[in-house]
Amino acid sequence: MTETNKKLLLSGKAAIVTGGSRGIGNAIALDLAKNGANVAINYRTSDKAAKETVKKIEAMGQKGLAVQADVSSFTDAQNMTDTVVKEFGGLDILVNNAGVNRDGVIWKMEEEQWDEVIAIDLKGTFNYIRAAAPIFKEQGSGKIVNVTSINGLRGKFGQSNYTAAKGGVNALTKTVARELGRFNVNVNAVAPGLIETEMVKQAPENVREMALAEILLGRLGQPEEVAWVVTFLCSEQARLITGEVITVDGGQYL
Amino acid sequence: MLLKDKVVIITGAGNGIGRATAVRFSKEGAKLVLADLDKEGLKTTAGELGKSAKFTPVECNVTIRDEVQKMVDTAVEKFGQLDILINNAGINMDGLTTRIKDGEVKLMSDDKWDAVIDVNLKGTWLCSQIAAVPMIQQKSGRIVNTSSIGALGNVGQSNYAASKAGVIGLTKTLALEWARYNIAVNCVAPGATKTQMTAGIPDKILEQFLGRIPFGRMADPEEIAAVHLFFSSDMASFITGQVLFVDGGVSVGV
Repeated sequence: MTETNKKLLLSGKAAIVTGGSRGIGNAIALDLAKNGANVAINYRTSDKAAKETVKKIEAMGQKGLAVQADVSSFTDAQNMTDTVVKEFGGLDILVNNAGVNRDGVIWKMEEEQWDEVIAIDLKGTFNYIRAAAPIFKEQGSGKIVNVTSINGLRGKFGQSNYTAAKGGVNALTKTVARELGRFNVNVNAVAPGLIETEMVKQAPENVREMALAEILLGRLGQPEEVAWVVTFLCSEQARLITGEVITVDGGQYL
Repeated sequence: MLLKDKVVIITGAGNGIGRATAVRFSKEGAKLVLADLDKEGLKTTAGELGKSAKFTPVECNVTIRDEVQKMVDTAVEKFGQLDILINNAGINMDGLTTRIKDGEVKLMSDDKWDAVIDVNLKGTWLCSQIAAVPMIQQKSGRIVNTSSIGALGNVGQSNYAASKAGVIGLTKTLALEWARYNIAVNCVAPGATKTQMTAGIPDKILEQFLGRIPFGRMADPEEIAAVHLFFSSDMASFITGQVLFVDGGVSVGV
């Protein structure tokens, strides 16, 4: 987003971004703040990166908040949501971004690998939507954006757990869009392709090369390019868009 | 301003969504070529632009190659380049495909089929094809096509639905063909929008329509223009080949 749009899009809105201290989630948290939102992020164990993010948010003149919460915990999600409402005076935006992958081919995948990814990526998203939904329903407005993956649409070798979780979130997005539509709540998903996060920068060269060969625009996406789409979906500019899964992948899925 | 000094062609700029897009893009700093068959409509659109607006109106039938060439030439000659094409021109000529009433066979005419396919599908193809020449030369560009919720099927609109579903296939193919030149091709699929096209819908049918929209209302043209802006701006820099329904949730799960 450009500077001139600052304050216009999300002035004074209260947002939660799960997994907001690193990678795509961090870019989202910072772009929401840049556009005028107060932003709360969670951290699981170490608060170092989260506190740095909060500092950056505050440097932009917005309120920032780091809350210890394991997204796979229903109670933590409820508590964090309560805290945010108390601190920010309400809740307008929920971005479910926290996710992990624990790859392995299906014939070697351990039960723990499956359970962990489903608990964080799929149930974690449910947990926060479940906590935010009554608030959004009551106030007759709200924006939910779930960060999924193109691999949740097409499948991916070695990612049965991850693609099942992300595919599940895509379906969850559509169902909740139907359920909350009449209360003027927009529920959408963005499905990134391979994005150049720290995690990807450390990936083996052949992983990057294989993805690059698939991406029509011939380059990896930047975390900010996903964040801009999330900001758009959280703004009134997108008020008629709901139940959509938007691929942000340079044409990788096409 | 999101489109400062960008050169944009908008087809069907003399009315409805095209007019709203012209007004919005002008506010965002774009230089506009406003194309339409309807001269009076173009005048009204021009009147709604601010005093400092940079634009030139062009009378153009999007189904005629020479006229489309002239439209693209106008952009390049007057403003020195072409950055964005909004393929918005469209018509509908509704009627049941085949009907037998009191023993009498009534068929949709060839004229109705041809006219709608010509404007909506061939027109989009032609404008894209010719606009892509300067875009390929400058190795950048954005094209936004217009499909419709009707692409999913609608009684009495076999011609319109076929044309709009065709636009989706065209969007994805052009995205594939031109990604190597850094040209993004995306598509907006509006639901029922308050324009001339929907003004003639009988109240009874309109009510049925509204009942199917989770948000319970029609779109304003400005709400579609906002999505044209999104696809035309840097916010969508990593998106291509995407079809975005802007329909208050009607298409969710379809």
